[in-house]
Amino acid sequence: MTLFAERSSPGLKCLPALLLVVIAVGCGGEFPQSTLHPTADFGYEVDSLFRIIFWWAVVVFVVVEGGLIYIIFRFRERPGSPEPRRIHGSTLLEVAWTLAPALVLVFIAVPTIRTIINVSGRAPDDALVIDVIGHQWWWEYRYLDFNITTANEVHVPQGRTVQFRMTSVDVIHSFWVPKMGGKRDVLPGRTTYIAFKPDSIGTFYGQCAEFCGVSHANMRLRLMVDSPSEFEDWIRQEQNPPPPKESLDTEAQRGFEVFTAVRDPGNHSCLACHVIEGVTFGVLGPNLTHVGGRTTIAGGILPMTADGLAEWLRDPSRVKPGSLMPDIDLTEEEVSALVAYLSTLR
Amino acid sequence: MSDTALAHYTSTGLDSRKIAFWTFLGSECLLFGTLITTYLVYHGKSVAGPTTEILNIPLTSVSTFVLLMSSLAMVLALAAVTRGDALFARVWLATTALLGSMFLGFQAYEFTHFVHEGLTLQTSLFGSTFFVLTGFHGGHVFIGVVWLLTLLVRSFQGKLGPDKTLQVELSGLYWHFVDVVWIVIFTVVYLLR
Amino acid sequence: MTSAATTIQASSVGVTVWSWITTTDHKRIGIMYGVTAFVFFLFGGLEALLIRAQLMKPANDLIDAETFNQLFTMHGTTMVFLAIMPLSAAFFNYIVPLQIGARDVAFPRLNAFSFWLFLAGGLFMNASFLVGAAPNGGWFGYANLTSTQFSPGLNIDFWLIGLQMLGVASIAAGINFLVTIVNLRAPGMRMMRMPVFTWMTLITQFLVVTAFPVITVALVFLMFDRTFGTTFYSVAAGGDVLLWQHLFWLFGHPEVYILILPAMGMVSEVIPTFSRKPLFGYAIIVYSGLLIAVLGWGVWAHHMFAVGMGPVADAVFSSTTMLIAIPTGVKIFNWMATMWGGKISFKTPMLFALGFVAMFVIGGLSGVMHSSAPTDLQQTDTYFVVAHIHYVLYGGAIQGIFSGIYYWWPKMTGWMLNERWGKAHFWLSLIGMNLAFFPMHFIGLLGMPRRIYTYDPVLGVGAMNLVSTIGAFIIGLSVIAFVINVFYSRRQRVEAGMDPWGAATLEWSIPSPPPRYNFAAIPEVVSRLPRWSDTEMKAIPAEPEGEIHMPGGSYWPAVTAVGILILAVGALVTKLPIVLGGVAVVVVGIYAWAFEPFEM
Repeated sequence: MTLFAERSSPGLKCLPALLLVVIAVGCGGEFPQSTLHPTADFGYEVDSLFRIIFWWAVVVFVVVEGGLIYIIFRFRERPGSPEPRRIHGSTLLEVAWTLAPALVLVFIAVPTIRTIINVSGRAPDDALVIDVIGHQWWWEYRYLDFNITTANEVHVPQGRTVQFRMTSVDVIHSFWVPKMGGKRDVLPGRTTYIAFKPDSIGTFYGQCAEFCGVSHANMRLRLMVDSPSEFEDWIRQEQNPPPPKESLDTEAQRGFEVFTAVRDPGNHSCLACHVIEGVTFGVLGPNLTHVGGRTTIAGGILPMTADGLAEWLRDPSRVKPGSLMPDIDLTEEEVSALVAYLSTLR
Repeated sequence: MSDTALAHYTSTGLDSRKIAFWTFLGSECLLFGTLITTYLVYHGKSVAGPTTEILNIPLTSVSTFVLLMSSLAMVLALAAVTRGDALFARVWLATTALLGSMFLGFQAYEFTHFVHEGLTLQTSLFGSTFFVLTGFHGGHVFIGVVWLLTLLVRSFQGKLGPDKTLQVELSGLYWHFVDVVWIVIFTVVYLLR
Repeated sequence: MTSAATTIQASSVGVTVWSWITTTDHKRIGIMYGVTAFVFFLFGGLEALLIRAQLMKPANDLIDAETFNQLFTMHGTTMVFLAIMPLSAAFFNYIVPLQIGARDVAFPRLNAFSFWLFLAGGLFMNASFLVGAAPNGGWFGYANLTSTQFSPGLNIDFWLIGLQMLGVASIAAGINFLVTIVNLRAPGMRMMRMPVFTWMTLITQFLVVTAFPVITVALVFLMFDRTFGTTFYSVAAGGDVLLWQHLFWLFGHPEVYILILPAMGMVSEVIPTFSRKPLFGYAIIVYSGLLIAVLGWGVWAHHMFAVGMGPVADAVFSSTTMLIAIPTGVKIFNWMATMWGGKISFKTPMLFALGFVAMFVIGGLSGVMHSSAPTDLQQTDTYFVVAHIHYVLYGGAIQGIFSGIYYWWPKMTGWMLNERWGKAHFWLSLIGMNLAFFPMHFIGLLGMPRRIYTYDPVLGVGAMNLVSTIGAFIIGLSVIAFVINVFYSRRQRVEAGMDPWGAATLEWSIPSPPPRYNFAAIPEVVSRLPRWSDTEMKAIPAEPEGEIHMPGGSYWPAVTAVGILILAVGALVTKLPIVLGGVAVVVVGIYAWAFEPFEM
């Protein structure tokens, strides 16, 4: 009693699904966090190594699974099939199929070690150094050369190596922008490094890749690769102080009042946690001096638009469970005022 | 082989309990090995509180000697049980337990003294690793003492004849193991600073 | 107190609950392990289905973040510690003494104790759901997320105390089986005549007794940090969060071999039987198992490639990890050579064994991809790893275990499982698992990290996630098919007889199910394949010649386990009186156990 008539190999069953996915995957643009179409030196190194290993794996897969299927067909029990010969082993075969995989592994190990050495060096002296600080559940970036602190989004210039010096203020996180290359864990009490030279201009997606608590899924990031001149512009913009209160329109001025008010309880005051250069000096939350110029807020999960801001301000913990920003019980009037004010902070 | 003979047949000729106990001691090596390795990894990395200068080498040398002598008493206890000498079996078992308790007494004094000097479990890496490592060892000594006292009671009940040699041998094995672990701890913690 | 040793003819001493609570019969304990583990397997499966339901589309709001984190933590913890390990233990218990010609394990009461403590630990950990505080730090519980500061509440305490209980149960069982195999083999059963399943069991127990103490210490450190304020994982005190990772993975990597070696052993019995041909390269399969166990201690930091250990460490661990692929691959080739020239019959046990080989190869290949540190930097902590682990753990361990279940079911019960339902189970399971886990390779490479309760539609992985969810539910259907098979077959009651498969090893020479004393006369073994050998083994008589003394039952193992449970509850709620009460019960239990009249 066999199931032979209905049987097709496990491998064959996967094939249609596999083909579909391969076709889809081939079009890299629709997959903003894909590891398969890198645009930076670190990513290229890792990707070419992966392709070497992948194709060896395909070879082994075809040989072994193919062999298995052949054996199943050829030696299945049929009426009149002979009694099997009692063979217990063969030293020659054992040696052969120990050495063959070992050889394949050598073909994988050598490029592996080469790549490890290539990607392990500290960045060159003219690298742009950016400090990255992981928080539950947002990313902080400090450009010490330019005296800038920002959050969520990090800008880097095209064609120049950037080195991230990373640490965490709370638990372990992991910094990962797949199109740039692999990830690096971000640890409290230690500094880790990642470096790459991006090739293409654009906005690249990433997110935290080490389970860090209830809103781990919501700790996203954007990496903006600017042309060198755009990058300079951005730096200058970030270095500007915020517009003075008097220059703002009425609603924005009202928003300024709301932002700088001391509320009850004290930790419901914006100024208790957030920095706006020259205005407030909190240290727990993201620096908001130029929040209006970002494309996302709240650790990259909401767009920086009036609606996005309002949604966040009304109920942070609904958007981001466990959020350390408390629900401040703002009135709708206060929300629109704050939105107006924050939008001016480009 | 007759079934009666088979009832006591073993593949190695050794009592299963002996093999089991050696296996258990093997896993205990991993346990103490991990504790000692952690102590070494954190050695010198404390940021607060007293560290190894607080250790009293002379005093701990005395307590180490006491523990070593207790192992000697244990050897004599096993010999007494083996030859059926109930009196000296009790003498030496009691002596082992007594010396073991003295060791624990020294340790209790040491721990109390350290707390007064400002070193607790919470003070620093040294406090945590030191107390947990030596505390676990002390806990093992305590269990050993309880075991020995149990054997002592059994002896007084007349239930520790030469046919029960294995029981005493296993307790001796445990006791010597705990002693050897202490030698390692004493060396790593007290002598290598 | 205890029943005195008596001559027992029947296979069961009674059908009362009390007779099960006091049993020291390895066969009954094996059944209890199997049933309990299967129930936990269903829990773990339910947790998986909820996870997949939430992830079937992006930005789904079926399950909230906190619940999701509890679900994936418990799914992993349950499947590893409460399903796969005890399912394997069910067979260590039932089958190993039969394979080596023994009447029971070396320490029958310790055996019972291990089971009751396992049950207590599993119940304890799952009780956390009842108070809304299920563990939520991942099955790997990385410091310092698990500190009191970042995980206030009882979730992590449930986890670490429960795991400690399970660890003690495992180490006790490990010592027991190790001694049994080393010391209680029938005359003539030399080590190199032992069945491969027994060999793999022996190697697994060696890993258990050496690896579990390491995680015990790691958990003690965590418990002390949380309860007594020590500084083992405290960054402020200069501690290193990586200490946890090193200790956990020093345990964790041998643990995955603990999970897979028994299944490899089962498959090594099934393939020769259903190919009607002896195992090819028996000695090599044994030595490769030993080599895997030893090398398995040298690869742990391949779980930490993203941490930045430096190029030397990365290169060393990449190399050792690649090295361990060799003995693993050698086993695959030997199984294939066994089938070559054979006469393969596709009964359900063999289907699952073939499924094991086919799927484990895929899992092994993704493992080799992970072994290369730089490529792992893209793959680690993504769904690519989730694909890898499920191919080796479901495609490997679970399929291997089902192969064993279908193979040894007739021996344990005396009746056959139905072939049609068995094939339905197999095909649903194979199709389901490939639909569930193959897309995960791509999902991971396309940038979806693991352990996230939701994901952005812009990632473009929604469709593949949906396929994966469908696959998971098909796996669920396959499990239902198995359950139906059990009940249906029980009603049909097709008698199995002593040896329904025409197998080679000792357990098929005794009745199904075996009598309490297993062998009416302990055999004198003269070859590795007693039932296939040309050298005649003296037949095992149907009835014993004289009286056979078997040990009676005892309730002290269960009492001691309950004492530990009380101690655990006391530790959980940090109430000293309860802790001391637990200690008292444990002490009483141990003393009564030590001094009760119990003949082995």
